[in-house]
Amino acid sequence: MKTVTISEIENEIIGEFELFDEWTEKYEYIIELGQKLPVLDEKYKIEENKIKGCQSSVWLHSEVREGKIYFEADSDSTFVKGEIALLIRVLSGQKPQDILDAQLGFIDAIGFRQHLAMTRANGLASMIKQMKLYALAHQSQQTA
Amino acid sequence: MKPSPAFAAPKHQVFDVLELRKDFPVLLQKAHGKPLIYFDNAATSQKPQAVIHALTEYYSAYNANIHRGVHFLSQKASQAFDDVRGKVAKFIHAATEKEIVFVRGTTEGINLVAATFGRMNVKEGDEIVVSAMEHHSNIVPWQILCEEKKAILKVIPMDDDGVLDINAYASLLNSKTKLVSIVHTSNSLGTINPVKEIINLAHQKGIPVMIDAAQAIVHEPIDVHDLDCDFLAFSGHKMLGPTGIGVLYGKLQHLESMPPYQGGGEMIHSVSFKQTTYNEVPYKFEAGTPNIADVIALGTAIDYLNSLDRHAALNHELGLMEYASLKLSELEGVKLIGTAPEKASVVSFVIIGLNALDVGMYLDTMGVAVRTGHHCTEPVMDRFGIPGTIRASFMFYNTYAEVDVLIAGVKKAIDLLK
Repeated sequence: MKTVTISEIENEIIGEFELFDEWTEKYEYIIELGQKLPVLDEKYKIEENKIKGCQSSVWLHSEVREGKIYFEADSDSTFVKGEIALLIRVLSGQKPQDILDAQLGFIDAIGFRQHLAMTRANGLASMIKQMKLYALAHQSQQTA
Repeated sequence: MKPSPAFAAPKHQVFDVLELRKDFPVLLQKAHGKPLIYFDNAATSQKPQAVIHALTEYYSAYNANIHRGVHFLSQKASQAFDDVRGKVAKFIHAATEKEIVFVRGTTEGINLVAATFGRMNVKEGDEIVVSAMEHHSNIVPWQILCEEKKAILKVIPMDDDGVLDINAYASLLNSKTKLVSIVHTSNSLGTINPVKEIINLAHQKGIPVMIDAAQAIVHEPIDVHDLDCDFLAFSGHKMLGPTGIGVLYGKLQHLESMPPYQGGGEMIHSVSFKQTTYNEVPYKFEAGTPNIADVIALGTAIDYLNSLDRHAALNHELGLMEYASLKLSELEGVKLIGTAPEKASVVSFVIIGLNALDVGMYLDTMGVAVRTGHHCTEPVMDRFGIPGTIRASFMFYNTYAEVDVLIAGVKKAIDLLK
């Protein structure tokens, strides 16, 4: 099976969000995604997997299988879980270099730029940074 | 609380919320396509047109550096700036305008006292008393001082309603206590503390008291003469004025005994490489070119407040708080945090099983601005065993209809998020 590229998935998401006119609808969709996010095994909810935001915490677990990185995560905020669901959809199952190269333009395109001003609260930027750090770590392990 | 007669007589006897709202241009907009409902007043208040005008008028008509220029503009700016010090003194009933120091805000006011009065008077083994409901800005400056001096920070406990334990407070006061620094009105719980009693108890043992009036200043009459507090600090932006300006009140004898805070222009009498002598109070504490524009606009904010029927404004705010508290407590899973009998117009709450951030963001989609999180009072959240609250804080320009939108929004958020 051919892997779908990061930018293809991003375009898919942009298309889905074009259906929404109002921020309320986007919010409700993100909440729905958050509620559907698969549960993270309790054994991964440990301090070293924790990304502490100002108002929410995220636990992010990663695994490498056949040269690709797979992410699983959880948060105490359903909205943040929804954001994670989108990031996982875009980045999980991709190669480390592709994750590192990802510009993630969809965040802008779906109108989240203004909400990124809230990153101090919901830690979206920290999540992306952490995912890229995992990619970098796995990549250097592979090339070592 | 009962409004005290310490408010100045209003110029406009009629209190009409819908009329007053027209003075606040920011309120007349939509957020996410819905009418903006601003319930984050404890974080910062909105500004009346008169205050905004004072800023633009200063910069467009008489911007000049003050106190040194002999020219027309400088004299005009100096006069406008100097007038505000007297206006502030009168507003809080200070004995003289020399007791009014302009600072950036409450935080700088507290840091100034810690760095000067605190450093001068606190020694190893001494104690400073704060309460369990302090904002971080009335904790951290004292922690820094305590670390430097090997002194000890003591904390007055509170009960489950958010009421301080006055007996415990009295027992904390001893010969090692060098200062009590206490919040007048809690930003996260709304509790109005019995500051007069707190000051009296400390003074009986000769201990000076600092009051953080950041939340209180816009809602309640503040009379430093009646309170007999030694220091009191507040911020302009929480009382309809601009950001970046605040006031430290200090009793003259304290201010005169204290070393300067920062060095520079304006705070000196004469400078030579051999010896520098300092200016008199309050200028000794105001190094550098002051925040002229914002001081002038703060004066306009005080004029605006004085033009209101403040008894009526306070009653309206308390009415909104009581109405919101009642309606919220009827909703399943809602728990109010901060249920002291003496409360300001702040409603803090949690919804069992829901994340405060998620609720706050949902309310935002409805145009309702609330604050979520720990409100810079992490020890308060720890005391109640919660990560944070949703907080709606009211100003006289808010309406009951707006509270209804909040309640409807919280109901919808519960349905959506549970």
